[in-house]
Amino acid sequence: MTMIKESFQVKQGDMTTAGDASARIKRQCKQLGIPASVVRRVSVGTYEAEINLVIHANGGRIDFAVEPEKITIRVVDDGPGIPDLEKAMTEGWSTASNEVRNLGFGAGMGLPNMKRNADAFDIKSEVGVGTDITMVFNI
Amino acid sequence: MKGEERYFHSVSLDADKCRGCTNCLKRCPTEAIRIRNNQAVIIPANCIDCGECIRVCPHHAKVATTEPLSIIGAFEYRIALPAPALYTQFPQVHQSEKIIAALYKLGFDEVFEVARAAEVISYAISRTLINEDRPRPVISSACPAVLRLIQQKYPSLLDNVIDIVSPMEAAARIAKEEFARTRGVPVEKIGAFFISPCAAKLSDVRNPLGIGKSAVDGVIAIKDVYTQIQAHVKDGFTPLEIDRASTVGVRWAIPSGEADAVGMRHTLCVDGIENVKRALEQIEDSRFDRLDYVELLACTNGCLGGPLTVENGFVAKSRLNAILRHTPSKMVQRTEIFQDAATRFRTTEPIEPSDAQQLTGTMMERILKAARIDEIEQNLPGLDCGSCGSPTCRALARDIVGGFATEMNCIFKLNERISTLASEMVSLGASTRFAVGANRTVAAPDAENTDPQEE
Repeated sequence: MTMIKESFQVKQGDMTTAGDASARIKRQCKQLGIPASVVRRVSVGTYEAEINLVIHANGGRIDFAVEPEKITIRVVDDGPGIPDLEKAMTEGWSTASNEVRNLGFGAGMGLPNMKRNADAFDIKSEVGVGTDITMVFNI
Repeated sequence: MKGEERYFHSVSLDADKCRGCTNCLKRCPTEAIRIRNNQAVIIPANCIDCGECIRVCPHHAKVATTEPLSIIGAFEYRIALPAPALYTQFPQVHQSEKIIAALYKLGFDEVFEVARAAEVISYAISRTLINEDRPRPVISSACPAVLRLIQQKYPSLLDNVIDIVSPMEAAARIAKEEFARTRGVPVEKIGAFFISPCAAKLSDVRNPLGIGKSAVDGVIAIKDVYTQIQAHVKDGFTPLEIDRASTVGVRWAIPSGEADAVGMRHTLCVDGIENVKRALEQIEDSRFDRLDYVELLACTNGCLGGPLTVENGFVAKSRLNAILRHTPSKMVQRTEIFQDAATRFRTTEPIEPSDAQQLTGTMMERILKAARIDEIEQNLPGLDCGSCGSPTCRALARDIVGGFATEMNCIFKLNERISTLASEMVSLGASTRFAVGANRTVAAPDAENTDPQEE
């Protein structure tokens, strides 16, 4: 299957590089001429995911794949895991520190935002093991 | 025909002055420049007429085409539409009235301040923001270079752009209507001319976005009328009997002037094209959703930093404070102009995204091309030096895939290749040292066969 596959490592706590991976993914989508509305949803979802890796997990990895009909973003970390997934999927719920909130993040919109923007959303999380999110966007 | 018109650009190259250096190449915000055969080439579909290349070219090889003052002769009645930036250009002149009076002496029958139209447009925008539901943040439509940047690089944000025309456009319409009504002359005989600090405005007038045809009949550069205005500014003048713009409109010349005039609670102003690009990236990632209105200006210091101005933009900004002290603080709100402004000055056509930055072909072909670009880019040195004539290694990779360049345009790749060839030749030389004589006797009849006289 012909496709574009890229993988990005995201560092924990590094706000200078936070956003680089989603910016690269956005650039590639635009170059490919993917419809603007889809690119917008990919950017928002990927950016949220990347910030989550920087803030909540111990960093992690973002895999980006493009096939003629869909874009798949997989976000994997071996961070603390999410104890109550249902709660975390609720808008406004956040465990972010004040320091992070002061930067304008941690409003508790991350996971719900990812789900809302993706055409398909899947999340697996285990405390002490990590979190594995897959977002699919139809082109 | 339409195609040709679409690519009119006010920014162009003076080939005699261009030395093929990399200054403009590296600074173009849309990567619209290539150096080919020691000359800069502007890719029309990618140029947004921002004028950045005009500012950075040390040889003044980049020029903005505007119209000479003589163009006003094509119309029986002529109206000057001075941008408020004009008022800041003259040292020791703090009364804009003197400058407006000088414009009449240049041959104009009427002067209508664009700052007055800016007041009407501010009102129309604020009405729209209050009464209508629009995706936030709403983005200003006033800077033509920013509009074209969004169209090309941030098309998903076109829905955020306010669908109200620019103050220049509104000024031309109001001025012509007023003139036709008060003097009883047909509108076709009236020409409206924008006195411009901006390189993108002529392109904007010739190929407007959001409207069918512009009411502006010509764009004259501030720098081209500077000395003539300067000469008349010293003359005495009789007080003008026209409605004057207030500080609200005149402040549109500086960053935040527009956002302040629109009067929403959460506004932001960003000036300078690279800053604007960063802001647009963030708006795309939904990071500015809580803002109501965003004013984006391609030039540092906004219109005061326009490439067609004479005065340093920072000096002009400081001078504006003195000018504002001599400007009426109370707005003249004529009902016939202000009523229905939000509908009257609405754009009539959607702004379509531009595909200039995208790969072409079917989705599968585009994917293959993108994969090839990534592969080529990884093999390039990654120095983004521009010596190949493309602005970055990645741009060269795209140019190679597009068939406009080869890997040998990269001087490092070429160097590598030459070293390999040289060492191959040395070893070839060493291994064939004793065979050379024999080869030569074999080669001789061939040489005779290719004698041109035999043909």
